[in-house]
Amino acid sequence: MDSTTILIGLASVLVAAAPVVFAVMGETLSERAGVINLSMNGTILLSAMGGFAVSVRTGNLFLGFLTGMLIGAAVALIVAFSSITLKQSQVAVGFVLALVCRDLSYFLGNPFMGLAGPRLPAWPLSGLKEIPVIGTLFFNHDLMTYLSFIVIFVSWFWIFRTRPGLMLQGIGERPAAAYVRGANVNLMRYVYTVLGGALIGLAGPTYSLSVKAGWKGTISGLDGIGWIALAITIFGGWNPLRAAFGAYLFALLQWLGLVLQPSLPNIPSQVLQVAPFPLMILTLLLVNIGDAEWVERTLASLPEPTRRFFAKAFRAMRASPPAALGVPFERD
Amino acid sequence: MKVELRGIHKYFGNNHANNDITLNIPAGTIQGILGENGAGKSTLMKILSGFIHADKGEILLDGKAVFIQSPATAIHHGVGMLHQDPLDFPPMRVIDNFMIGHSGGLFPNRASVTRDFKLIAEQYGFSLDPDAYVDSLTVGERQQLEIIRLLWLGARVLILDEPTTGISASQKEKLFATLRTLAEQGKTIIFVSHKLEDVEVLCHQVAVLRQGSLVGEAKKPFDTKKLVEMMFGKEISLGARQTLERHGSVLSLQNVSIEDVRLKIKDVSLEVSGGEVIGLAGMEGSGQGAFLRACAGIVRPVSGHVKVRGRDLTGKSYHVYKRNGVEFLPAARLEEGLVPGLSLTEHYVLAEKSKDVFINHERGLKQAQEKIAAFNIKGTPVHTIESLSGGNQQRALLSLLRDPLSAVLIEHPTRGLDIESVIYIWGKLKERCRKGTAIMFISSDLEEILQYSDRVLVFFSGRVSQPLDASTTTVEQLGQLIGGKGWAS
Amino acid sequence: MTKNSRWVNVGFQIAALVLALLFTSLILLAAGAPPLEAYKNIVTGAFGSFKKFSDVLVSWVPLLLVSAGLLVTFATGLWNIGVEGQITLGAIATTWALRELQDTGLSPSLILFLAILAGMAGGAVWALLAGALKTFGGVNEIFGGLGLNFVATALTIYLIFGPWKRPGVASMSGTEPFDEALHLSLFPELRLSPWALVIAILAIVFVYFLLQGTYFGLRLKAVGKNFRAAYLLGVPTWQYMMLSFLICGALAGIAGAMQVTAVYYRLIPSISSGYGYLGLMVAMLVNYQAIWAAPVALFFAALNIGSIQLPIVLKLDSSLSGVLQGMLVLFVLIVEGVRQRIARRS
Repeated sequence: MDSTTILIGLASVLVAAAPVVFAVMGETLSERAGVINLSMNGTILLSAMGGFAVSVRTGNLFLGFLTGMLIGAAVALIVAFSSITLKQSQVAVGFVLALVCRDLSYFLGNPFMGLAGPRLPAWPLSGLKEIPVIGTLFFNHDLMTYLSFIVIFVSWFWIFRTRPGLMLQGIGERPAAAYVRGANVNLMRYVYTVLGGALIGLAGPTYSLSVKAGWKGTISGLDGIGWIALAITIFGGWNPLRAAFGAYLFALLQWLGLVLQPSLPNIPSQVLQVAPFPLMILTLLLVNIGDAEWVERTLASLPEPTRRFFAKAFRAMRASPPAALGVPFERD
Repeated sequence: MKVELRGIHKYFGNNHANNDITLNIPAGTIQGILGENGAGKSTLMKILSGFIHADKGEILLDGKAVFIQSPATAIHHGVGMLHQDPLDFPPMRVIDNFMIGHSGGLFPNRASVTRDFKLIAEQYGFSLDPDAYVDSLTVGERQQLEIIRLLWLGARVLILDEPTTGISASQKEKLFATLRTLAEQGKTIIFVSHKLEDVEVLCHQVAVLRQGSLVGEAKKPFDTKKLVEMMFGKEISLGARQTLERHGSVLSLQNVSIEDVRLKIKDVSLEVSGGEVIGLAGMEGSGQGAFLRACAGIVRPVSGHVKVRGRDLTGKSYHVYKRNGVEFLPAARLEEGLVPGLSLTEHYVLAEKSKDVFINHERGLKQAQEKIAAFNIKGTPVHTIESLSGGNQQRALLSLLRDPLSAVLIEHPTRGLDIESVIYIWGKLKERCRKGTAIMFISSDLEEILQYSDRVLVFFSGRVSQPLDASTTTVEQLGQLIGGKGWAS
Repeated sequence: MTKNSRWVNVGFQIAALVLALLFTSLILLAAGAPPLEAYKNIVTGAFGSFKKFSDVLVSWVPLLLVSAGLLVTFATGLWNIGVEGQITLGAIATTWALRELQDTGLSPSLILFLAILAGMAGGAVWALLAGALKTFGGVNEIFGGLGLNFVATALTIYLIFGPWKRPGVASMSGTEPFDEALHLSLFPELRLSPWALVIAILAIVFVYFLLQGTYFGLRLKAVGKNFRAAYLLGVPTWQYMMLSFLICGALAGIAGAMQVTAVYYRLIPSISSGYGYLGLMVAMLVNYQAIWAAPVALFFAALNIGSIQLPIVLKLDSSLSGVLQGMLVLFVLIVEGVRQRIARRS
């Protein structure tokens, strides 16, 4: 494999990761406000199908993407309403929605199976794409890929550098303290859940109109992406930059699976495709294990330098969720 | 700013938490609010700071009637509250904590905010690193952060709820100096506490609440004896004290040290005999909670030994203690003690030590009926535990104790119960003592401690007194010790 | 609870059912299909003939087994979403045992018995893995379980395309079918195995008595409802959580074993057929009460089977059953939320 192939490969990783990036950023925003949107897997499928169907019928790409976002926002609104207003379990509602939306996408998408549809055209940025290496990597894609870069940066900037973003951190961390500081906690939770849902919904059409253009029902290969995005959100420690890193790592591993396929004839391609999952469990384990009681006890019994080393390592990997994640807020 | 409260009433269900409270606080005053737990202090402060609304009555700030809709409205009117557990964001940086809630444009100007922060901090002699994470600060430093934040937001009335719990002596000195400075600047300070000593040293005037009512006011200099009397009220006749026969040592602590996040308890040794009752007195969070749990194996002591009837159980789990006849009853009945959703019968079946596979429902029902009768619980065997009243939940909790036991360790055995239940529950506990069980309990009711204990340990910021003989100690002496007075330093 | 409020509750449940049907009808209309016609097709597809009904029972068996297991984990307050993988591992372990034993000359019934035991063990091990991740690694059982589901799928595909591939071409159609002697016997002319049916019914009866009548079940419930209090009342909490995972995994493993020994006679890529997720919905819908699991699972199985002929007759996708099932659970949750809100207000 020569360097050009690798470069093009890496560039394709950035493209393939774009929808995952949208989904992960959306989920990160939602969870930062304290709401777990577990419906992601179904939302992505339904918005992929919906976006594709609308684009096929209207011939308009923009309407397709808009539909995807509206679907995502609508599903998120159900999650928000039943968890914030009706105080039902976020996990239960999200899980059911994940299944309903998936089946709904297969059911409603039936007439659109295998149709030829519009596809987002490539949009190389002339002037920038000629820059060696960087140009090929970053500036020879379509609009959605560029948008994914922007979304990462904007999410990060919003959460950590703006006034409402600071409050958002506060709402997920300690709603009572945010309330004392003037936040309308439940309204903000609605806003971020729906906004996050719209971003998750953008992931769907990014697949069906760009990355994996078309709608092929159960064999679209999209079932499962949402669950991975959920894991990446945790891996990302609710920080958009670390989450984006997770999304790219995932896409990279999948690409490596494809590239390495010929040299590993004994391993079916489907196995390499799921290689990231054990890795995901492992990372979740590393992220969480420092908090386990037995680890703390074992650490305490270790000799000093070793103990300090492990304690430091665990702390570096640790990602604690917003403290109020999944907890309904009632003033007083 | 001048603060006036007029005829404030607040009900929680049948509980009259604030009963017609009228209070005038001139600008520049440090006003103390004294009272036991549940006296209605925090309800009153929550009303003033906008967390809850009064059912009746009005609030006047500088002579103008205001409606304080929310904490945000309160600070808008210049009323800021510092909560006992500072309402901040531990995993975030100091400067972000400082900034959250401050209005302004989309992009906060960190540099100028940091300048403001440093300026105010310096003014009061606080040295806080704006880039440090709040969870690395001590409680005292978190208070300092909250104080300067509230001042920055324009607070002219500062309410402090039990601010001296969990902070060091030097931090307390600094806090008091700051509060005095603020008062001199014309700000009004409302200092809520049950620590007599602090109130006496700091406040210009004091209001004492008891059972929801304002029972008295006093101005500096204070008469300690009178304050104690107002706080704890007149004597209630609980029957004659009784000392029961001792049955030999059941629980023995040797040089036990305990550490938790807030405080350290060092080197406590104690022998508890069967039939004896030990009362643990102290303000909430002074160390008695961790101490009691350490005696049951729920908290691991960092050093020393805990022996039950001569067996060294140091470092063993609660279940081992339980097998050796030590049981613990928590104060948070529905959170830790009982299982909401399960019926009374199911609780008895659960507490049974049975090796059978199948539950004998008839036997369970019979047992439940017996216990309900024996403990005078108002409820039926099929009632779920959360549908019972607090007093009946407490009786149910007590009825789950196995028989016989070496020691029973109880947090607040009668908190929130009516006097009849109190007497009943202690009757049941004394019955156990007669059979040779030792009892150790925490209470914030000094009457209860002196009435039912044989010996009393007083806790103050992690320090533990020598065991006091309850029969020769007075409420006043105890009150002073709890408030931090009379400790050899 | 007064008689009156019980009727109110029934009213709310019916409202949820009506809303779910109404919504699904709207979706059908949106897809340009006649709702009544579709429902009629589902009913006849499920109950039109004795044979069709027996097919419903074929689908009922794994669903009931899984739901029974999930009732145990839900009672313990655990969201065992990894149940899909536990079914899969049950199927893998059964296939492994059958492959290992098929040429040993042991009697086929003994081999089948051992293979089903292996399936139980396979599912249990996979569940314990999720349990250990939660108990000792601090990994929430939802995320650990999801990850393990994908790993289980990958393992299946690896085995089908790798070590256990069919002589000649490996394909998505699965491993080489087992000899007929190693099939669980069926009712004549039907695809339903009496053995499978009996095992499934035994499982739900077992779970019913476990949760209603035993000390063990009561302790599980105590752990699920209040972890701290259960500990103070003397229940070894984490051990009970692991046991709860173990029981659910074992039952899911049997479901996997049934799929191999009584339905497909081989290992196929999607051997769990979504029964795990469906079982989660059944358990949520019956509000964690074992006594209702059997009829609700039967209803869900009937929807599954009834919708199979939708593509042929009405050119509709059979995923309609999933839509209807999900809508039902969703509306039950929402209506329950509304009921609680009204109760809080008054």
